Order: sequence, then C-alpha cells, then structure tokens
Amino acid sequence: MNDAPTSPTIDDSIAPRGAVESIGRRGWHQQEGVRAGAIATVSTVVFFGLAIFLIVNSPNWPRVRNQFFSPSDFRDAWPAVLGGFWVNVRLFFQAMALIPLAALVIAVMRSLRGPAFFPLRLLSIIYTDVFRGIPLILLILLIGFGIPALDIAGLPNDAAFWGLIALTLSYSAYTAEIYRSGIDAAPESQRAAARSLGLTQFQTLRYALLPQAIRNVVPALMNTVVSLQKDVALIAVLGVVRDATREAQIITTRTFNYTPYLAATVLFLAVSIPLTRYVDFYVARDRARRSQSQV
Amino acid sequence: MTSHPPEPEIAAAPVKLALEGVRKSYGDRTVLDAMTLDVDDHEVVCLIGPSGCGKSTLLRCVDLLDPIDAGAIYLDGTDITARGVDTNAVRRRIGIVFQSFNLFPHMTVLDNVPLGARRAQRRARAESEEQARDLLERFGLGDKADEYPNRISGGQNQRAAIVRALMNDPEILLLDEVTSALDPELVGEVLGVIRELADRGLTMILATHEMGFARDVAHRVCFLHEGRVLEAAPPAELFSEPRQERTRAFLQRVTEAGRL
Repeated sequence: MNDAPTSPTIDDSIAPRGAVESIGRRGWHQQEGVRAGAIATVSTVVFFGLAIFLIVNSPNWPRVRNQFFSPSDFRDAWPAVLGGFWVNVRLFFQAMALIPLAALVIAVMRSLRGPAFFPLRLLSIIYTDVFRGIPLILLILLIGFGIPALDIAGLPNDAAFWGLIALTLSYSAYTAEIYRSGIDAAPESQRAAARSLGLTQFQTLRYALLPQAIRNVVPALMNTVVSLQKDVALIAVLGVVRDATREAQIITTRTFNYTPYLAATVLFLAVSIPLTRYVDFYVARDRARRSQSQV
Repeated sequence: MTSHPPEPEIAAAPVKLALEGVRKSYGDRTVLDAMTLDVDDHEVVCLIGPSGCGKSTLLRCVDLLDPIDAGAIYLDGTDITARGVDTNAVRRRIGIVFQSFNLFPHMTVLDNVPLGARRAQRRARAESEEQARDLLERFGLGDKADEYPNRISGGQNQRAAIVRALMNDPEILLLDEVTSALDPELVGEVLGVIRELADRGLTMILATHEMGFARDVAHRVCFLHEGRVLEAAPPAELFSEPRQERTRAFLQRVTEAGRL
C-alpha cells in the first residue's frame, strides 16, 4: 500500500475527528446525568407524595394531626422541652468523658497475657458480659433507684448522677469490646516486635498496639457516639431527671396532647443527623487516606 | 567473599548462646524436638531447611517470645529460660528482626528506632534520638528519619527495623528470613547491611532461604529437620559435600529452584 506518503494526511484527519468524538461523548455523559437526575427526582416525589397521601387520607388523620402536630402545643411546650434538652446535652458530654477512659481500662485488662493477669482478664470478661447483657433501660432503673436507696454515706443520692453511671457502665462495656477488636487486629508480630525491644506488656500496649488499635476503630467508636447521643433520653425513666423526654412527658400527661414529644424528637434529630453525616464523611475521608497511603 | 579462618587450635571458644534439649510444641505439633545448638561469640550461624522445620520458632524461643516446653537456653552460661529471670532485661540483650519488618505504622522511622531505648531503658529522648539519627545515617536512612513506614520501600523498612534492633546494642542479633518479604531488587541492600554487621563481628543467627548469602557470610550452616539440627558444618563443606541424605535432597531442590 501507499502508507508512507499518506501518513501525514491520515494523522491530520484523525486529530479533528478524535476531538469531535470526545465532545460528542461528553455531551452524551451530560445527557445521561440529566436523565438520572430526572428519574431520581420523579421517583422521590412519587414515593413521598404517595406516603403523605396515604397518611393524610387515613381515617383518623385529623385526630392524629391535632394530637401530634398541634402548632400551639408545640409552641407552649418548646421552652420546657428545650430546657430539658440541655440536661441531655450535659449528660451526653459527661458520659463522653467517662466512657472512653473506663472502656480503655477494661480493654487493657482483657488484653494482658500470662497467668499472673488472669484475675484481671476474668474481671474484664465478667464486666463486659454482665453490662452488655442488661438492657440499658433496666440498668438505669436498677442503678438509678437502687444505689440511692442504699443511702451509703459519701455517695451522692442524685438520680442524674446514677443515671450517668448506668450509661457509662453499659456503654464502656461495648466500647471496650471495640477497643479490643482493634488490639486483636494488630498483627501478632507487632506485639512480638515491641516485646523484643524489651518493652513490658503495658508499654507494648501503650506505645505499640493501642495507638494503631484506636486509629483503626475510630469509625466504630463514632457510631457508638451517635447511638449514645440518643440513648441519653433513657434517663427520663428515672422520673426525677427533667430531661427533654421527661419534660415532654409531664406536659403530655397534663394536656393529653403528644406534640411535646415531637418537639423533643426535633431536638434530638437536630443533633443526631449532622452528627451522623459527619461520621459518614469522616469514615469516607479516612478510608480514602488509607488507600492513598499504601505504597 | 569474606573469609573466616576456622579456629580449631583454641580448645573452646567462649560459647555465647547454647540451646540444650529445647523442646517446643504448638498443640500437637512438635516444632523443636530436643534441639541442641551452640553459638560462639562473634559467630554467624545460618539456619536452613524447609518451611516448618523450626527455624523461626527457634529464634522466637531464643528471644523469649515463646516459652519453651523443655530444655534450657543459656546466654553467657546463664539459663535465661529459668524461673524468675527478668525476660525484659534478656530481650534487651538480644535483637530480633522479622520477615514482615514490623515497624510501628503510627510512628515515624525516628520514633520507631529509639522506642526501646526511651521506654524500656528509660534513656533521655535527646540522647537516644541522636544515637538513632547516627545509626540511620550510617545505614543510609538519614533522609528517611521523618517518614512513616508506609511511605518508604520494603527494603528501607527492613533496614530501619535492623537499626531499631541495633539501638539496644544487642549481644546477639536474630534475623528471621528478613529478605523473604522483599521484592527481589530490594534484597541486596538488606543483605549488604547484614554483611556489614557480620564483618564487624556481631554474633548473629540467621534463618534464611538465601543460600548464596549463607555460603558467603556464615561461619557455620545448620540444616534443620523435624525440629533438630540434622547437620552443621562450615558453608563450604555443607554446601559442597553434605553428609546427610536429607540435606542433600533439600539442597538439590534449592538448586533446582535456582536459589543456589
């Protein structure tokens, strides 16, 4: 054939054609994106529209609307419920300070090896089994009512305090297991490497294993935080602690209208949704960083 | 090739490390079976043998990372496996480097290397870091001091791990297949470091699959089979005229695989 002399003309003709093609492809991608967006919008509108239609046309909707969505009741309840919500927020932060520390102690006790540490390991196993085994609401009732009833000198009789302790006991049992999974995930040879440097078991955990372990379980820990943020509402079962849920309950028993519960729900959602979004963002970013750093 | 003249004229070179009838099982599996081995001061001993013959276990037991079931291990004539021995103190006298490097991933190289010195020996930060920098410099890692382990190559990781083991100024260095996890082009730099240490007279026990290197650097090569030293001889002798049938068969396989 005559490829040698004609090759420049072929090259010339290919370049513009390639450019046209890529514009065409981009346009096609754009079209595809618009179509996907339209489908998503339509299906969302249809789905929620149908759901609302079903609710609003249910036989008892007018009564439910007055019972749960009464604007005047919402307004009246708001100050008290909001005031109670600060009790929840304070409880949340106090628990957040105590739980990681308690859990760390439990996890470290469980991770020590050798016969000398058997009692500590046993204690840690019993602790996690017991406090993970009791429903949180029962634990709050038992500790919140039980320990103040003992009237032990020097111990506070404040129900809110014991509610906090109950939350901490339960959550630190779960959190300790999360830490432990992180410690166990570090390769055995990391432990051996640390011990071979002459580090004691404690130093091995403190300097070699725990820092990696904690880094690895941050996503799991953050999910625990999200769930703790909601579970602080369980303190309401003690009755004397006037948190958001309890305030709503008090108003409801007086007015026989459930809208105050909606007010409390709105407050919890206002915190938990941003928190959940942040956790998702954090986990995704963390995953991206890890996959990048692999050489 | 480094030449190491044998010294038969001295009746007994000082024995640095002695294993006597060491037995170690994991469950039903006996890995070390009445293992006996002497290592002299300044001697470089290579352990060879098929996977599962007990090389790694032997090294782990010597560093007291795994307790032995029977027998005894003597370091400078003292039984280090006896009751009441300060195992952390013994481990500081013995260095070990693993196949998988095991730098701590959350620390820079410069935090990894002096960790034992700072925490186990409670030496001052400035002084131990200075020593670490010197050592890193000497082994060509001066510019990697502030890097994290996952940002440097496998060869650099392993050299840094060797430097970390050297920080304690160990009397014996144990090397457990330290080049097995490396890409072929990175093996040389690690072997270079080991050769330098051998030339400087550090007592070493190497478990290795690098037969050429063993021949080059070892004073004595031990062929392990079913948890015992089946045959031990200077490399020239063991590689060219092995006495045991099993040694011969193993070397034959290694040769066929192009590793010798």
